[in-house]
Amino acid sequence: MKAFLILEDGTVFEGTSIGSTREVVSEIVFNTSMTGYLEVLTDPSYAGQAVCMTYPLIGNYGITDDMESSRPWPDGFIVRELSRIPSNFRCKGTIQDFLVKHNITGISGIDTRALTKILRDRGTMNGMITTNENYNFEEIKPKLTAYATGDVVSKVTCREKSVMKGNGKKVALLDFGAKKNIAKSLNDRGCEVTIYPAHTTAKEILAGNPDGIMLSNGPGDPKDCGPIIDEVKKLYDSEVPIFAICLGHQLMALANGLDTHKLKYGHRGGNHPVKDLETGKVYISSQNHGYVVDTDGLDEKIAVPAFVNVNDGTNEGLKYTGKNIFTVQFHPEACPGPQDSGYLFDRFIKMMGGEQ
Amino acid sequence: MPKRSDIKKVMVIGSGPIVIGQAAEFDYAGTQACRSLKEEGMEVCLVNSNPATIMTDKEIADQVYIEPLTVDVLKQIIIKEKPDSLLPTLGGQAGLNLGMELAESGFLEEHGVKLIGTTAETIFRAEDRQAFKDTMEKLGEPVAASLVVNTVEDGIKFTNTIGYPVVLRPAYTLGGSGGGIAHNQTELVEILTNGLRLSRVHEVLVERCIAGWKEIEYEVMRDANGNCITVCNMENIDPVGVHTGDSIVVAPSQTLGDKEYQMLRTSALRIIDELGITGGCNVQYALHPESFEYCVIEVNPRVSRSSALASKATGYPIAKVAAKIALGYTLDEIPNAITKKTFASFEPMLDYCVVKIPRLPFDKFITATRALTTQMKATGEVMSICNNFEGALMKAIRSLEQHVDSLLSYDFCDMTDEELEEALTVVDDRRIYCIAEALRRGASYETIHNITKIDMWFIDKIKILVEMELRLQQEELTVELLKEAKRIEFPDNVIAHLNGKMTEEEVRKMRYDNGIVAAYKMVDTCAAEFDAMTPYYYSVYGSENEAVKTNDRKKVLVLGSGPIRIGQGVEFDYCSVHATWAFAKEGWETVIVNNNPETVSTDFDIADKLYFEPLTNEDVESIVNLEKPDGAIVQFGGQTAIKLTEHLMKIGVPILGTKAEDVDAAEDRELFDEILEKTQIPRAAGGTVFTAEEAKEVANRLGYPVLVRPSYVLGGQGMQIAFNDEEIEKFMDIINQIAQDHPILVDKYLQGKEIEVDAICDGENILIPGIMEHIERTGIHSGDSISVYPAHTINQDIKDKIVDYTERLAKALHVLGMINIQFIAMDGEVYVIEVNPRSSRTVPYISKVTGIPIVDLAAKAILGHKITDMGYKPGLQPEADYIAIKMPVFSFEKLRGAEISLGPEMKSTGECLGIAKTFEEALYKAFLGAGVVLPKHKQMIITVKDADKPEALEVAKRFEKLGYTIYATRSTAKYLQNGGVECRQVNKITQESPNVMDLILGHKIDLVIDTPTQGHGDKTRDGFLIRRNAIETGINCITAMDTAVALATSLESATTEYTLVDVAKI
Repeated sequence: MKAFLILEDGTVFEGTSIGSTREVVSEIVFNTSMTGYLEVLTDPSYAGQAVCMTYPLIGNYGITDDMESSRPWPDGFIVRELSRIPSNFRCKGTIQDFLVKHNITGISGIDTRALTKILRDRGTMNGMITTNENYNFEEIKPKLTAYATGDVVSKVTCREKSVMKGNGKKVALLDFGAKKNIAKSLNDRGCEVTIYPAHTTAKEILAGNPDGIMLSNGPGDPKDCGPIIDEVKKLYDSEVPIFAICLGHQLMALANGLDTHKLKYGHRGGNHPVKDLETGKVYISSQNHGYVVDTDGLDEKIAVPAFVNVNDGTNEGLKYTGKNIFTVQFHPEACPGPQDSGYLFDRFIKMMGGEQ
Repeated sequence: MPKRSDIKKVMVIGSGPIVIGQAAEFDYAGTQACRSLKEEGMEVCLVNSNPATIMTDKEIADQVYIEPLTVDVLKQIIIKEKPDSLLPTLGGQAGLNLGMELAESGFLEEHGVKLIGTTAETIFRAEDRQAFKDTMEKLGEPVAASLVVNTVEDGIKFTNTIGYPVVLRPAYTLGGSGGGIAHNQTELVEILTNGLRLSRVHEVLVERCIAGWKEIEYEVMRDANGNCITVCNMENIDPVGVHTGDSIVVAPSQTLGDKEYQMLRTSALRIIDELGITGGCNVQYALHPESFEYCVIEVNPRVSRSSALASKATGYPIAKVAAKIALGYTLDEIPNAITKKTFASFEPMLDYCVVKIPRLPFDKFITATRALTTQMKATGEVMSICNNFEGALMKAIRSLEQHVDSLLSYDFCDMTDEELEEALTVVDDRRIYCIAEALRRGASYETIHNITKIDMWFIDKIKILVEMELRLQQEELTVELLKEAKRIEFPDNVIAHLNGKMTEEEVRKMRYDNGIVAAYKMVDTCAAEFDAMTPYYYSVYGSENEAVKTNDRKKVLVLGSGPIRIGQGVEFDYCSVHATWAFAKEGWETVIVNNNPETVSTDFDIADKLYFEPLTNEDVESIVNLEKPDGAIVQFGGQTAIKLTEHLMKIGVPILGTKAEDVDAAEDRELFDEILEKTQIPRAAGGTVFTAEEAKEVANRLGYPVLVRPSYVLGGQGMQIAFNDEEIEKFMDIINQIAQDHPILVDKYLQGKEIEVDAICDGENILIPGIMEHIERTGIHSGDSISVYPAHTINQDIKDKIVDYTERLAKALHVLGMINIQFIAMDGEVYVIEVNPRSSRTVPYISKVTGIPIVDLAAKAILGHKITDMGYKPGLQPEADYIAIKMPVFSFEKLRGAEISLGPEMKSTGECLGIAKTFEEALYKAFLGAGVVLPKHKQMIITVKDADKPEALEVAKRFEKLGYTIYATRSTAKYLQNGGVECRQVNKITQESPNVMDLILGHKIDLVIDTPTQGHGDKTRDGFLIRRNAIETGINCITAMDTAVALATSLESATTEYTLVDVAKI
């Protein structure tokens, strides 16, 4: 069946429908990872967005256990070509069936590079995927313009607290849409990880007497998370060591009076170089964010930049002055992407042990 | 970290002559690195024995020594030039080994030279089998169970503990030379014995066989600060067991999930960090197809063939960045030359698929074993880019120029199903065609996978192509079907052929009428995430075009020479690149089309635009439709470019320089005869034929022996000397196996001195940089002959005649640009053998030794400049006051079963130079550069045909005087003894032991002189067995008396004090 991707600026791509034929309006973003489409699909940070994979051959190894949450989150999945057969010893099914099962709309056979160039040049924009050949752009346009991701954190966070047993440090993980590998990375290092829903109060978390608090990644505009920011501020005020990733990093910044802004087209992929300003070493990182913390005029009394993006100079991490708190914009938990910055989990564990 | 201040003058070692396993990729890497060093203000001192390379140009380095790559020569150059640093990681295994020897001996330290790029310790830990294994064990990185052995006995003992089959890998050899898989003790003994001999350190690794696992490679980089990145990973379609150089390779990997991809990536980075690599490095893995188990196969701490491929596949200039790292920069300080926005410390992201297919030389060596093993056999490779795998594969197949442009070729259709299944078990270069045929017959993916171990994902892709063949055969060609066929890159001629009712032209018209045209996408390292500046394009169908049309300047289309093969080597890339530069200097916009990832011409900053595309009529037409060039130059890209001339003219592209009809006149026998008649130049009598009957008729009229050859070929392909009717029939049969559009030439064979000239003609005058003469008499292909400049044995009268004939021919053929002519000088007369109105393989060599920029001048002549205006006096240029000798280099030891005796068909893969004040020293250096390092044991074998016996006697006397013990078989021995040479007679192979074979296998023989009788190629004949076994046991083997004489001369004047010539000062 034919499908159409219609962008806010009137550009239309014609392709073939894959997955669900449900009509969706969403924010269109692109990811440049060459492997890891399954981790991308199941990363809750993509809630409220439709993701275009720039690598043209998708689905080559099918569906495996490599999922970062229990289900796929994007509103839409945009690819150049879906593999006719998957081939991998762990393969349990095809992307096609997976999308259908989870009612995710998709489109294949479009010039994903041309789409990426539009998004790069004109910035991230909203769009619709539809199978209706008789669409009327003038009618659709207001819907596209009106679309906002909104409070997607509430949609993706866990409903109930859960615990991953461990004999080491006790970590409270605040789930704003956490990828599984964050908890796993801590648990693999011996931590007992208690996962809390996003709207848990600081009081409740601190009552659990954790050795450290982990603020997770998550979807949407951090400024849509007003009540959470207030609780994060309370966590900041406690003396418990904190490590935050992505949305968590942005929320901690907002809690401390810093500002965030939307990047023209975000960083989504597995090849972004970030420099550790303390050592001067550069790491290749996995990234997925549309917003970034402003560090112009950053008050050193609050925090100092800890990482910077080598490509565009944007902030990639902060170290909070006088506090056992450090936060990063990128994803040390990888999945998909390079595992080079996994050492940050070790740093967090040392910090919980009293080391600065 | 900024640039180190203690580095001012860097010595760079090149990789020497092109041999199998070490080809043009090192010219590409070396050239890029030298330019990168010069960009940083370094003084660069280059040493490479290969004159056909761009890296040995004076524009590339400050001092250029085209000298033999031996430790002694390097020492003398270091003493003379006093570099403060040595960069050994650019010259392949050859360069690395030399750097290591210099470092290990303490010589570098003694002379204040630092090894930069990567330390000797790192190289040792990566290259030495035991040290490597220890390092991997320390890291917990798995390697296949293995043991380094120095004797065959230890090998057998160890194999008995791990079980057959085992893989054998000799330490420090090129392209896995001497390696292989042994399935039983007999094979083990054979391969191991050979491997031990080939290894510089007499070590072979015996390893658990992991054949059938996925073979995955990572190209990684690390700087001195410990920053590490992956440039690219690649997956071999052929599982472990086939050398990666002979495998079809795809980038990025296609069948690995992120878990597997990152697992191996992390491993690669841990390894280079532990080894402390500073620069580029290649790590090869075997990955179990059904688990996460993997083994590290090997680590190459240098730029390599794979790194060249990775550079071209991603746009990331590995050699350039490696050179900057060697100077002390860190990755985050080096700008990304493609985006100009980002830095070298990032990982390229591809939004396309790259396929590389090796170019194997079995069309040249019909007797060679086609099986692909862990020992590399390919002479070159092609690469193609598309946004789907099927398309990339189809483009790569037709880029090979092997008369194959779809999976339908190499017909397996006559086989029974059983035969076909048997054929699937054969691992050779035809395997994908065999798989395609099996799929056509409905074989299941499981069956094919179980036999070949090729991943089902790839099998499915081949099936998609097979399904399309069927649809094109059975269905009416609708616009939709045509679109889909073009999306997966079916060429128009194949579509027409399958359709059966349409011609290629009709298919093309249908495409054009329906707007189904190629679009071009950019290779930008970042999957379009950043705006890129680099005009490096590949074609796709059904997508938006990104290639920006430009027409502010005159525009020239430069057609490259495709994959490196015997007969068309790196020389033509040299010519293409220089032609591009020359046109750029004249203010033209330059557009290069080529498909060879190993070359300089496909580096993204050589021309204004690079199209990485097959060199076929259709693919070039698509580019022409977009670019609308003002003209095309075909005379620098070898036969590949010449073949495109007709079509280019048909679509209205003016051919710059010599016109196509004049090219035809040189190739077409009758037209050429007319010209010779008009210009009154003699040639050997002959005729043109199409059939064996006609050929025999002509041959009998002329009298045997005759020379039989197809027209419009390079490297004398299919050329043979026939002595009787039977041979004519045999040769015609071989020639006609490939469809012939052009007639076959039969000429009287004249045995005389062969002379060669390259000349430039501006339409009025000619310029001859120099006359070359061959050491070997006619009958041996010019590319396989030792060539001497200046011609020192011919008199002025002959020289005058040659100049006169060259001028007459150039004018009669209306040459504008290059012309290459081969002559025979015999009994005071000069005959023309052949005329090629294009650039030849001797152009780079002659340019370098005369200091005359031939290609540059030819390009200027094409653009209307006159020789007299370029500061040259027309005619033959003054001779140099030294002698320069070009020596062919062969790769016979890599090609089991190949006939090594020389003849009219070219067999050498590369060349090296010997340059000195005297003929003798030049000859000595040339042999040394070609790896003929004698004497060792001072024992030799002579076995020659009757006609050669008088000359053999003279040669034997000279070797005897040099202290050689001479062995000979019965009749030769008798002749030599009668002539006064004290010679020992040995039994023939068929006679009882000890015989000549025992002598050869005894490893005490330096040299075999064996001149073949006619009808060579018969694998059972004594001569063939002697020659093959000599080559495979590392004995120098000479098959022409002239070569033997030259070697005697060279050894008589052996020296250890060399005159070193800085070619950049010529």
